[in-house]
Amino acid sequence: MAKYKTHLLVCGGTGCKASASDVIKDKLTRELDEKGLADECQVVMTGCFGFCEKGPIVKVLPDNTFYTQVTPDDAKEIIEEHIIKGRKVDRLLYKDPTSKEEISDSKHMGFYKKQMRIALRNCGFIDPENIEEAIARDAYAALGKVLGEMTPVEATQIVLDSGLRGRGGGGFPTGLKWKLTAQEKADQKYVVCNADEGDPGAFMDRSILEGDPHTVIEAMAINGYCTGATKGLVYIRAEYPLAITRLKIALEQAREYGLLGKDILGKGFDFEIEIRYGAGAFVCGEETALIHSMEGERGEPTFKPPFPSVEGYRKKPTNVNNVETYANIPVIFLKGAEWFSAIGTEKSKGTKVFALAGKINNVGLIEVPMGTTLREVIYEIGGGIKDSKKFKAVQTGGPSGGCLTEKHLDTPIDYDSLIACGSMMGSGGMIVMDEDDCMVSMAKFYLEFTVEESCGKCAPCRIGNKRLHEQLELITQGKGSKENLEKIRDLCGVIKDTSLCGLGQTSPNPVLSTMDNFWDEYIAHVEEHKCASGACKDLMKYIIDAEPCVGCTACARVCPVGAIAGERKGPHTIDQSICIKCGACVDKCKFNAISIK
Amino acid sequence: MEFVNLTIDNKSVKVEKGTSILEAARSVGVEIPTLCHMKLDDVNIENKPGGCRICVVEVDGRRNLAPSCCTKADADMVVKTNTMRVLNSRRTVLELILSDHPADCLICAKSGNCELQDMAHKLGVREIHFKGEQSTYKEDFSPSIIRDLNKCIMCRRCETMCNEVQTVGTLHAVNRGFMAVVAPAFEMDLEKSTCTYCGQCVAVCPTGALTEVDHTNEIVRALADPKKKVVVQTAPAVRAALGEEFGLEPGTLVTGQMAAALRRLGFDYVFDTDFSADLTIMEEGTELLGRLGKHLAGDKDVKLPILTSCCPGWVNFFEKQFPDMLDIPSTARSPQQMFGAIAKTYFADKIETKREDMVVVSVMPCLAKKYECQREEFATDGNPDVDYSISTRELAQLIQRANIDFNTLPNEDFDHPMGESTGAAVIFGTTGGVIEAAARTAYEVHTKKKLEKVDFEELRGMEGIRSATIDFDGLPINIGIAHGLGNARKLLEDVQAGKSEFHAIEVMACPGGCIGGGGQPLHHGDSSVLKARQLALYKEDKNKPIRKSHENPYIAKLYEEFLGAPLSEKAHHLLHTHYFDKKKDIEIE
Repeated sequence: MAKYKTHLLVCGGTGCKASASDVIKDKLTRELDEKGLADECQVVMTGCFGFCEKGPIVKVLPDNTFYTQVTPDDAKEIIEEHIIKGRKVDRLLYKDPTSKEEISDSKHMGFYKKQMRIALRNCGFIDPENIEEAIARDAYAALGKVLGEMTPVEATQIVLDSGLRGRGGGGFPTGLKWKLTAQEKADQKYVVCNADEGDPGAFMDRSILEGDPHTVIEAMAINGYCTGATKGLVYIRAEYPLAITRLKIALEQAREYGLLGKDILGKGFDFEIEIRYGAGAFVCGEETALIHSMEGERGEPTFKPPFPSVEGYRKKPTNVNNVETYANIPVIFLKGAEWFSAIGTEKSKGTKVFALAGKINNVGLIEVPMGTTLREVIYEIGGGIKDSKKFKAVQTGGPSGGCLTEKHLDTPIDYDSLIACGSMMGSGGMIVMDEDDCMVSMAKFYLEFTVEESCGKCAPCRIGNKRLHEQLELITQGKGSKENLEKIRDLCGVIKDTSLCGLGQTSPNPVLSTMDNFWDEYIAHVEEHKCASGACKDLMKYIIDAEPCVGCTACARVCPVGAIAGERKGPHTIDQSICIKCGACVDKCKFNAISIK
Repeated sequence: MEFVNLTIDNKSVKVEKGTSILEAARSVGVEIPTLCHMKLDDVNIENKPGGCRICVVEVDGRRNLAPSCCTKADADMVVKTNTMRVLNSRRTVLELILSDHPADCLICAKSGNCELQDMAHKLGVREIHFKGEQSTYKEDFSPSIIRDLNKCIMCRRCETMCNEVQTVGTLHAVNRGFMAVVAPAFEMDLEKSTCTYCGQCVAVCPTGALTEVDHTNEIVRALADPKKKVVVQTAPAVRAALGEEFGLEPGTLVTGQMAAALRRLGFDYVFDTDFSADLTIMEEGTELLGRLGKHLAGDKDVKLPILTSCCPGWVNFFEKQFPDMLDIPSTARSPQQMFGAIAKTYFADKIETKREDMVVVSVMPCLAKKYECQREEFATDGNPDVDYSISTRELAQLIQRANIDFNTLPNEDFDHPMGESTGAAVIFGTTGGVIEAAARTAYEVHTKKKLEKVDFEELRGMEGIRSATIDFDGLPINIGIAHGLGNARKLLEDVQAGKSEFHAIEVMACPGGCIGGGGQPLHHGDSSVLKARQLALYKEDKNKPIRKSHENPYIAKLYEEFLGAPLSEKAHHLLHTHYFDKKKDIEIE
């Protein structure tokens, strides 16, 4: 990269690409050509910057100028103003939501200030389709070090010492997992990268594969060396076409450079990686289901033990790790276990990537050291709640997790404290909710997801979650009673206690945690048939106040179902049995005569 | 062998390491209920998806309840199978299963023989606390089997039978979540799938999701029609199992009572499929010797080994899965069809009855027979040689419906001429029996010497694949035997690859042969039941005065009066068939 004076980094993540970042890149390149600056200034399409809310992103190096929501039409101005005249395009700079100030250097933006990027270190920095850019950022140096200087046992010990735990949700110590696979004796072993990211809203694995595929390849090779596996498989969902394309390019380049294949780096170690596609079933993130899916069988879990480390893919010892877990590995070898374990809390080391979403100002992908508090994440990185509304809860752990409230805001985020609060780390989905969100509906939403994604193998998950969802539906329709709440609690307990795999064992968590933290809301739904947030439409009533109503008939005319009746110039009424609660009458009424009760 | 000691419900248990908690508990008299677990001892196949979650137990130190069918007993484990937590969970899970199950027990084919119904009774379910949406799948009617998936509880036993035991590959779990169900690929109908109608899925289904097509009403109607002469034939394996439906011990032979019952039901002629089994030996044995003779004479075109063809499930299997090998099996029709062809010609003439006024009913241990008798090639001008085939279970149903007290019936004989049979025909009902019967006749025909010892012990047994070499007076004949289509596939693949050294192979689709057929009283995977039925057949064989098919005087008379000789033109026309490539008929909608 050294020969250019300036670099224009254009985000090539799936989100920004959907907003024509390809075209932005082409236009920037064309402008540079036309102005004769192609030798001085280079345009690079990188992986995701994480700040998806403000995409497409264009970042200018070396001055770190961070342009947001760029359109192809802005390309000319960026080149003419910023590159040629040295004047930043102010209107494209990020504006801090609280101070309203324009911030040009991304280092000073709240979104990035508290972040620490280990797994995402190269995302938004290098061209993921160019292995040389990755190598310039130390890709494969760790592999060289491991193959050249360490025995498999020594290398595994480093992973153990680092304290790294699985980032896919379970939090199982990675080094221990490697050791368990390593100690099995078999003619063939496998390492598998679980890229079947399925939590609603989570996309860190996709971003890593799109932005820095070589880190995963390198980590898998190290994993292969440590466990005695010569074959690696990446199980990736077919809905991630960009990640697949970039991974394929990366694999090809790694082979070309002798970093995959026979006798890697001349150290006598053979390792090859193949890709297996998933059809987008959430349950295939569970390692036994994933393995069955790779074998061409129905993607459904089987009882453990035997664990994959003993009997996995094709009945051979198999180590399965998630993408984000792998992305940490090369850094651990380059900077040392001690460096890594100094980051984070006592039992949770390193950083964690979260997909921050919901009613928050800065939506996007963030990476913070373990132990960062929820308050820091939501108010500093996330920039606080949208439209200055009141914070209500944050959901972590996706459909297996739970809700955390105001009282948990100063909880340090790590595996164990989240569980202690009734939630879990999960793969890193983090959805912020404000006063307008109904917690019963939120629980129902997650259950809808598990009902859809259950494989159907075991009865409590297949039928129990369906019944649980039906019970919640009754409540949100105003047909529930306290008896339903008791049934829900009982059923949640049985589903957790008797389900076959992690999916069913955790699916009631969103219900239980909202019940624990927002019991009053459930009671209001079943006793008063009221939803304070107004989210449960069946519990709302549109009522015309006779006094301010002048009988203009505007509401009756706009009502799509003819629910409003009344004489001209006389007060109107709404027939509740017909009303579909669309709200059209409220918008139409000029006299504020219609209210929601 | 390593053993572990553990405690189950305060009882000390010592079991081999690796034993499941379920089996460990059983060994000390603690029967943990389950709906999906099934262990087939003899074939070493176990269905334990851990799916029904009825067998959950509490294990000290574990967070969640453990499924006892797939949790291995470990040293010092403390297991409780009946705590409040376990009982509550077990009942809730059962209620959940029942909440998605039609409550039409009163009119369900499996009522009284349904494991789900029994479980609801056993666990004392009096109310279903969780009502909600129920599954609605379309019913699938095939010629042999009805699938009513609204009654499927996803135990996956059928899947294990279809895939692991039979390797037919028709049934698999499809769809997700609440919509998950076991069905052929793309939810196509059985009739368009690879299904062979072996009925092993029906035999293990705990509920009414898989049942046979019921033909009892058609038979009652035919019996009530004064214009019809109704003729019945009973397959060899039926007599060794029918008694179980009336509370008798497995292996009780009820040949005489069965004949008496059929007569009381109103059948005009009570005959025996054993008669046509003897006829099969004459045809198939002659065909074997013919092919063998040509082979020994150096004819390179002759196909060996010859494969038996009396099992319709097996015929469906090779027609659908090995259409390139249709010239290997014997062309002899099955005994059921030989019987029908002779009954509606030779016997019809004898009693001066027109074909269309005669109704031929077969009682079979088999569901594929229902399909077989409907095959177009086994009909003349649209009139089938065999009109209806009912299972052993359906016959028991008919007997009960007619208020016949089976257990007090006297022993009666079959009618003549088609009720006479030899011991060779009786053993058609068990694996190894057909080839033994063939060997008895072929030996004497080929060597022109009297067989010293009629019993070929080396051909008997329960192993899935067996082989033996029989000395035909200096000529060694290599015999292969397979039962269960998975085993048949192995032998067939050898033949396909040109690696087979057998001269003749006997194949029966069902494990154990017809004694384990899909139409037999349910044995719930208990192989001791099959062994008892097998012993009963060998006992009947031993007690028969004539034990070689070619010595059956009525068979001799049939050839003399009607057919001429084995493989004659008439015999070819009535007793032989040809096979079709049915692989191309498997349709994906």
